[in-house]
Amino acid sequence: MKTFPIGGVHPSDNKKWSKSKAIETMELPDTVTIPLAQHIGAPATALVKKGDAVKVGDKIAEATGFMSANIHAPISGTVTAVDLQPNGQGLRQMMITIKREGDEWAEGIDLSTDLVKECNLSSAEIIARIKEAGIVGMGGATFPTHVKLSIPEGKRAEILIINGVECEPYLTSDYRTMLERGEELLVGTSILMKAVSVEKAVIGVENNKPDAIKHLKELAKSYNGIEVRPLKTMYPQGGEKQLIAAVTGREVPAPPALPIDVGAVVCNASTAVAVYEAVQKNKPLVQRVVTVTGKSIKDTKNLLTRFGTPVSALIEKCGGLPEGDNRVLNGGPMMGRPLSNLQSPVMKGCSGITVISGKEALRGEPSACIKCAKCIEACPMGLEPYLLAKQSKKKAWDAMEKSDITSCIECGCCQFTCPANIALLDYVRLGKQTVMGIIRARNAKK
Amino acid sequence: MANRTIVASAPHVHGPLSTTRLMGDVIIALMPALAVSVYVYGWGVLAITAVSIGCCVLFEALIQKFLVRGKQTVTNLSAVVTGLLLAMNMPANIPLWIVAVGALVAIGVAKMPFGGLGKNPFNPAIVARVFLLIAYPVQMTSFAMPSTEGFADAYSGATPLAAAKAGLLNFAEHDVLGMFTGNMAGSFGEVATLALLLGFAYLLVRRVITWHIPVAILGTMAVFAAIYGAVSFDTPHLVSNFALFHLIAGGAVLGAVFMATDYVTSPMTPWGMVIYGIGIGALTMTIRLWGAYPEGMSFAILIMNSVVPLINKYVKPRRFGSKK
Repeated sequence: MKTFPIGGVHPSDNKKWSKSKAIETMELPDTVTIPLAQHIGAPATALVKKGDAVKVGDKIAEATGFMSANIHAPISGTVTAVDLQPNGQGLRQMMITIKREGDEWAEGIDLSTDLVKECNLSSAEIIARIKEAGIVGMGGATFPTHVKLSIPEGKRAEILIINGVECEPYLTSDYRTMLERGEELLVGTSILMKAVSVEKAVIGVENNKPDAIKHLKELAKSYNGIEVRPLKTMYPQGGEKQLIAAVTGREVPAPPALPIDVGAVVCNASTAVAVYEAVQKNKPLVQRVVTVTGKSIKDTKNLLTRFGTPVSALIEKCGGLPEGDNRVLNGGPMMGRPLSNLQSPVMKGCSGITVISGKEALRGEPSACIKCAKCIEACPMGLEPYLLAKQSKKKAWDAMEKSDITSCIECGCCQFTCPANIALLDYVRLGKQTVMGIIRARNAKK
Repeated sequence: MANRTIVASAPHVHGPLSTTRLMGDVIIALMPALAVSVYVYGWGVLAITAVSIGCCVLFEALIQKFLVRGKQTVTNLSAVVTGLLLAMNMPANIPLWIVAVGALVAIGVAKMPFGGLGKNPFNPAIVARVFLLIAYPVQMTSFAMPSTEGFADAYSGATPLAAAKAGLLNFAEHDVLGMFTGNMAGSFGEVATLALLLGFAYLLVRRVITWHIPVAILGTMAVFAAIYGAVSFDTPHLVSNFALFHLIAGGAVLGAVFMATDYVTSPMTPWGMVIYGIGIGALTMTIRLWGAYPEGMSFAILIMNSVVPLINKYVKPRRFGSKK
């Protein structure tokens, strides 16, 4: 069984807390706040104003340019505000606030659960529908899917890879989706294959999810060109470059090279289901499965949640926050973003709310680097985190660029493994952002 | 209890590794060899070990408290490892006050002045050993012969390497396998090759170290000795005996597995480790065969320690996406 070629770590997967919980539908919130920036690229442009009535699935914000995504109303009701609201980190962002009245869906959306296998659309038509539905990468990176599927001139896709790895500890939203919506996932995969004109697709799943592998393998028998590939469990296998290497043996070269340069297009498993709904059911992206989990969460759940629902409502539904110290994360414990504002909304990239409680919520005391080289051993990109951190501390940006900082995927393996508890990724991330800024400025000058 | 929302950036969980655990594993890995030493040389070696560790810990704690100031670091067990390794580099009948002097040099000269753990360019235990070898050559080279009856300092003998250097060793008849299980004179920690290899296996299983440095050192020594042997001897049996002899005699295994792999003073990338190991192996054999001292492991490690920053600067890990 294969995995990616360099580095990696084995965090305890902690999926047992929520893996057996079937997907439940979260109650509709009374009000939702919908950020215009839920994806990588330019924030969308609002199409509604205060007082407008909207139905579920109405487009309320439009993509600003190519590298952006549409946003649709997740509930029906009245727009009460289009203004600045605090996001999960407390920073104020443009958001649309909707007060709910009933649950009325827009015209033309097929809400039945009947499986529609047949798809006679062309590649361009499929991509147009995906773009219209506002689909972005749902594994957390939120890269607009229509951009990913639009193969640049002169490049050719050879293989579609569906990312069912879910290597983040705790999270089980993709896992439950693969188990409960396998057929939709496979139809979505066939549609994506058509969109990028490939004959072959591989669904990569880590072998810590044997039942998902078995289930999908059984279903895949009746689809052409789709293979389910078990992969040896190792974090960060769900990283796009790591997954491509694990599946094809090809390594995407250093930035600015992209997966398409080695002929690969990667989509998350939940994204493939969203693609199915968009193309076959004309249903825009208005909800997703969110795992609410943590060792001290009383009643962990996998909740089908409308976007804009406050994180606090999900946590309350699962028994509330435990007493004492808590770190509440948008995402999993390796790459999730910490939330300081629990009233902030669930967004397109939110695959889970993980709560780390008690002593584990606090960082350990850092001590001196003993040059054990564990961070080098762990780095899946073959970088030297100890050196990058040192250079970042000294603000040696040129040296950092030469040390290939731009290849860093911020997976956190270095800091996870560091026996001296040094906050390596803090330094590395700071240096990476600075160096990227310097590179952008330099390119702009040219 | 106050309910606090903790905000810190990812990753939000930490693996099981800690400096103290890694040091603890090194100590555990040295226990079989220490046990064999006690069996071979008697309880005296435990006194040496206790004095060495005690002094190292005490000196580090005092220096940290009164000179360096700041947070006490002695709990990370690195001083215990230094003390243990220093002790195991001593003859079994060394006067205890010399051990204390060694501990002072290791901690007070080689480690703390550079800023403590992680900052010292040279392996503290080896600096101390070499200092003692030069300052107290007589005491440091009077090796107790192995004895399983009573205490060992009844009489002293030459180490196999010293005997070989003086031309007193007959390689055709020498009991190389006996040496393997501890039947040779030497520093008390280096004699039990089998037990040291057991420790090596433990370190590998616990992933404390990788195979690169020990294998590069011992492999280089074996190749070096085999070539020298092939030029000097007629029969293949003698050549292989000669090569095996050099791998087992002296501090080859102790040095390769426990001294050269010291994190702080060894390179950080796999290829860097291999280069460093080849350097140590070649220098050790050069000193053993043509130098003034019968054993060269300590000198070789110190010399290669000084090259480590250069190796770290130029030998990089393979970046993802670059040619394999």
